[in-house]
Amino acid sequence: MNVQSATRMASPLRRVAARNLTVLGMPALLVAALAFTRFIHPEFGAFDVQSLALGALPLAMAAAAQAIVVLSGGIDLSVGSLIAVSNVMAASAMQHASFAQALGIATLILAAGLVQGAINGVVVVVSRIPDVVVTLTTGFIWGGIALLILEKPGGGAPQGFLDLAAGSALSPWLPNALLLLVVSVTLVWLPIKRSRLGLLLYAVGSDKVAAFRSGVDVNSTRILAYVVAGAFSALGGLTLTMTTGIGAPLAGAYYTLSSVAAIVIGGVRLAGGRGGVLGPVIAALLLTLIPTDLIFLDIDPNYGQVIQGTLIVLVVMAGGFVSVLQSRK
Amino acid sequence: MNACAADLKAPAGATRGAAPDGIQAFLRANTIVVLILLLAALVVGVEVARPGTVNSTWLSNTLLFAAPLGVMAAGQTLVMLTGGIDLSVASIATGSAYLLATNASHGSVAAVLLGSLVGLVVGAVNGVGVAVLGVQPLVMTLGTGLMTGGMLTVYSQKMLASEPRVPEFIQALGAGKLYGAIPYDLFLWAPVAFLMIFGLARSGFGRLIYAVGDNRQACKLAGVRVWQVLLLDYILCGLFAAVAGLVLVGGTNAADLSLADAYLLPSVAAVIIGGTSIFGGRGGYAGTIVGALILTVLTSILTLLDAPEPVKQILYGAIILALAAAYARLTD
Repeated sequence: MNVQSATRMASPLRRVAARNLTVLGMPALLVAALAFTRFIHPEFGAFDVQSLALGALPLAMAAAAQAIVVLSGGIDLSVGSLIAVSNVMAASAMQHASFAQALGIATLILAAGLVQGAINGVVVVVSRIPDVVVTLTTGFIWGGIALLILEKPGGGAPQGFLDLAAGSALSPWLPNALLLLVVSVTLVWLPIKRSRLGLLLYAVGSDKVAAFRSGVDVNSTRILAYVVAGAFSALGGLTLTMTTGIGAPLAGAYYTLSSVAAIVIGGVRLAGGRGGVLGPVIAALLLTLIPTDLIFLDIDPNYGQVIQGTLIVLVVMAGGFVSVLQSRK
Repeated sequence: MNACAADLKAPAGATRGAAPDGIQAFLRANTIVVLILLLAALVVGVEVARPGTVNSTWLSNTLLFAAPLGVMAAGQTLVMLTGGIDLSVASIATGSAYLLATNASHGSVAAVLLGSLVGLVVGAVNGVGVAVLGVQPLVMTLGTGLMTGGMLTVYSQKMLASEPRVPEFIQALGAGKLYGAIPYDLFLWAPVAFLMIFGLARSGFGRLIYAVGDNRQACKLAGVRVWQVLLLDYILCGLFAAVAGLVLVGGTNAADLSLADAYLLPSVAAVIIGGTSIFGGRGGYAGTIVGALILTVLTSILTLLDAPEPVKQILYGAIILALAAAYARLTD
C-alpha cells in the first residue's frame, strides 16, 4: 500500500471517528458525569434528575440559540438579555392569568422573540458593525427593556404553566423538563437542519465568500439565524419562568456567558460552519451538573463559575494546541 | 468572525458611493475632525439640556470620569489593533480593585502591586491562549473573564471578616483634584495617552502591532515573532484594565463585585467610535480618547434628562449603535 492510498484510507476513517466523537462523545460524557455523581452521592435519584433537567432547561435553550448563530458564522452576546426580556414579560403578564391564557401569552412571547432576534440580525447586517459589538450593545439595550418591564424581581405564573416543566408526568426518571427540551429542540431545529435553511446556515458559516459566490443570500441567512436564536431565547425566558416561578430582570446575564461555554464544550466551531445543536444542549446539562456535584463533594458551589471558565479555556486551548502540533508536522 | 464581510460589501460600496465630494473626502481622511465636531455638538447638547451646566467644574468632572474609561480603552485599543477583542477587562478591573481594597492593611504599595498583578496574570493567560495557541480572542477572554469573576466570588466569601478599605492616595487618584480643578487621574491618563499615541506611531513595537493586525501571515513570513507581539499586547491590555480598576475604586471608595461591569461595553464602544477597526491594523489611540470623552459627555446628557435608569440604558445603547453605524458608513 503506497502512501497516497494510506492517507486516503486514513482520512475517511478519521472523519467517521471525528463525527462520532461529537455525536456520541457528548452523551457518553453526560452518562459518565451522571455515573460519577451517583458514585459520590449514592442517593442521587429520580428527584435529582428532575431538578437537574429543570435547572438546565433555560441554559439548554440559550445554548441552542447561541449554537445556531455561531454555526452561521456570527455570535450573539445578547442571548442573556433576550432571555431576561421574555422572562419578565411572561412573569408580569401571567401573574393573574389562567393556564389557557398563559399558553396564549407564551405564544405571543415566542413571536416577540422572533421579532427581537430579527432586530438583532437586521442591525448586524445593515449597520456593518461587527456582530460582537452589535450584540454586546443590543444586549445592553434589551437589558434596559427588561428593567423597564419589571424593575425588580416579581410577577408570577399559574401553577399549571409551571408544571409544564416541573415534575414528571410519564415516569419519575423522565422529567417533564427533559421532554419539553427534547420536544422544543426537535420541533425547531430538526426541520431547519433537514431543510434548505440548514444547508444555507452551514454554508454561510463555513465560508461567507464561497457561499455568496454560489448564489446564497448571505445577509438574509444571517438574519434568519438570529431569528431562530430569538425563538430559542424566548423559549429560554419562558422556561426560566417555569423554573423559578418569577421574573427577574437581571437573571439573564448568566446565560450569555454560559451559552458560549456550552457551545464551546459542545463542539461547535467558533468560526462557524461546524457542529450541531445536540452537543451544546448536552453541554448545558453538564454545566448545570457541576455546581450540584460541587455541593455533593462539599466544595463551595461558587467554584462552578471558575470551573466553567476553566473548561472553556482548556477546551479552546487544547484545540489550539492540537492545531499547533499539526502545523509543526 | 466575519473577516470576509468586507469583501462581500466591497462591490456594493463601490457602486453606491460614486465620486465623493470634497468635504466627504476630507472628513474620510480626517475622521478625528468628525469626532471632535461630534464631541463639541454633544457639549452644546449638554448646555441646551440645562443651560449653565457647562463650566470649569463640569469640565473637570467630565475629565475625572473619562479617565478610567480612557485607560481601560487604551488596552482595548491595543488588542483591537491586532484584530482581537478583550472581554475580560471588566473582570480584571473589578478583580484589581477588590484585591486592592481587601489587602490595604498590608500597606498601600503592596496592595497596588497585588491589584496590578491581576491584570498581569489574566493578561498573560489571555496572551498565551491567543498568541501561542491561536485561540480566538473573543472566547479566550470570555473564558478568563468568567474564571476571574468566579474566583473573585469565592475569594470575597473568604474575605467577609476583613473590612475592605481603599488607601487614601488611591481615593485621591480616583476622586481628587489638584487645586480643586485638575483631576489627579488626569496625571495618570495623560502619560498613558502620550505613551500610547507616540508608542503606536513611533516605536517598533507600535508599528508591529499595526503590522500584525493588518496581515499576520505577512508578518510571519517577514520574520516577525508574531506571538511575542500578541503576548505583550494582551499583557499590556490586562495591566491597563487593572490600573483603570484602581482608579474606579478610588472614585467609589467601595469595592464590590460588580464595580467595573458597566465598563465593558463603553471600553469596546470608545475604541469603535474612535475609529479603530475591530479587524485590526487601522485606527489609533487619539480617536479612542475622543471616543471616551464622547461617551462620558453622553452619560452626562442622559443624567441631565432625568429619565429612569432603564430608559437611559436603552438610549445609551441605541446612540452607541447609531454612532458606530454612521462611522462605519463614513469610512467605508
